[in-house]
Amino acid sequence: MITVQGVTRRYGNFTAVDDVSFTASAGRVTGFLGPNGAGKSTTMRIMVGLTRATSGTVTIAGGQYVDLPNPGLEVGVLLDASAQHAGRTGREILTIAQQYMGLPRHRVEEMLDVVSLTTEEASRRVRDYSLGMRQRLGIATALIGEPAVLILDEPANGLDPAGIRWMRDLLRGYADRGGTVLLSSHLLHEIEVIADDIVMIGNGRIVSQGSKTELLHAAGTLVRAVDLDRLQRALDRLGIRSSLPVDGALRTDVDPTMVGKVALEAGVALTELRPEDAHLEDMFLELTATSQREGATT
Amino acid sequence: MIASAAAAIAQQGPAIPRLPLKRVTQVELRKMFNTRSGFWLIASIAISAVLATGGVILWAPADELTYSTFATAIRFPVVVILPLIAILAVTSEWSQRTGLTTFTLVPRRSRIIAAKAITSVLIAVAAMVLTFAVGALGNLLGAAATGSSLVWDVSLTQCLYYILGMVLSLMTGFMLAVTIRSSTGAIVAYFVLTFVLPTIFGLLATNQQWFHDLQPWIDIQFAQSGLFVFDQELTGEQWAHIGVTGVTWLFLPLAIGLRFVMRAEVK
Repeated sequence: MITVQGVTRRYGNFTAVDDVSFTASAGRVTGFLGPNGAGKSTTMRIMVGLTRATSGTVTIAGGQYVDLPNPGLEVGVLLDASAQHAGRTGREILTIAQQYMGLPRHRVEEMLDVVSLTTEEASRRVRDYSLGMRQRLGIATALIGEPAVLILDEPANGLDPAGIRWMRDLLRGYADRGGTVLLSSHLLHEIEVIADDIVMIGNGRIVSQGSKTELLHAAGTLVRAVDLDRLQRALDRLGIRSSLPVDGALRTDVDPTMVGKVALEAGVALTELRPEDAHLEDMFLELTATSQREGATT
Repeated sequence: MIASAAAAIAQQGPAIPRLPLKRVTQVELRKMFNTRSGFWLIASIAISAVLATGGVILWAPADELTYSTFATAIRFPVVVILPLIAILAVTSEWSQRTGLTTFTLVPRRSRIIAAKAITSVLIAVAAMVLTFAVGALGNLLGAAATGSSLVWDVSLTQCLYYILGMVLSLMTGFMLAVTIRSSTGAIVAYFVLTFVLPTIFGLLATNQQWFHDLQPWIDIQFAQSGLFVFDQELTGEQWAHIGVTGVTWLFLPLAIGLRFVMRAEVK
């Protein structure tokens, strides 16, 4: 489990991370979502002691990261797959990690196998690696100590679709076995498909957080019916406000179960009933528009 | 009470032992050799020692073919290369950004810095032993080739002085690396400190009487020069010169640099 409490980091007048608090729980994948420059990487560096927080604390596995006796065995970290000595071979980089952690020698070959780097690729120097290969090597370094907590900054960057799928399954399996997984991304879709919990950050502040189901369904329900007027009247009688029909559909703030029950009682045949999930995306786009220069208009 | 504490311990599983400094040092030593540039940098000590020895045999006058001539000739390339090794061992963590992994796996940065200091000194001592061996071989070969008599004019004490001098040069490089944390910056600073500054101090000393008396207390190179001339034991005052200049030029900046390294952001 990772607990971040009131973490703030200032650089002169600029506040990169502003009073950030959240928890990444064991057995769940927590997605740390935000546009580039939102403060995700700074927060992650603070977690592992590479950057000092101006104020606030982070506890990992019950203590401070810097106090862990042999961090690699408890927390797997991948902050930047490109931050490797270009002149070392992939195998050598993994061997260094294995030796720091005091693990048996055969773990290196095992991990190369897990991340699908071939013997020939592992003997190449990292300067000749693609970003995807560096990412795999970085993931191998994070996993080699079999830690219970994973902290990964943009791990899907540079991976091909098959690689992304592989990583998703890997992290899912990790969380299902009781591990804590925290991963960041600036892509909503990526987080949406893998995360159980989402923490959204923009301009250094947390904008929204909660379980994926909560966040995605916070906007309410979209419903289509054969007799939409009758359904709306039935909803009105119960004091449930709904939007004017747009495109043959009604939107309400209550959850689908409620709408379904009302429709059953009113005897209205439904043609579509689903939670509305545009909310998170709208919020993310808004955030992206205000904190990024591409100028996505909402 | 005891039962619940025991249960809590059982739940935590076996305690993980702290990373021993010996292991960190072994890994740091490995990291010095496992890149091509690192390997050849260290190999260049042996190569330049052999070249310098060859040069002495070929070009030195027969009456100067003594062990001290060989040892002095080998000193010049080695005194340049050794500090480079110490500098790059530290600065590469920043310039190659490997520090991101290193300081994550070993978050107590003082342990990494200590391990790097130890490995640098180990390499320096090994390099000096090699240098003495190559010099001795050169001396034997030179005597055999020219037919002159063998002269072993270096005592064990002088050998130890020589090693101390080299280690101090290396630590100067190490200090600059820790303080500046950039390969180019630290290397340039090292050359300024070892080659430019002594020249300025020398000029000042010949022209200004007041500085002439003060020079051994201020100029670290001048103070240490006694370590490299194979003729006499150092006096107490000379040791005091080495101590005072060592504190001002080496230990104080090193202490400041270490403070920076402990607090600096690793990106």
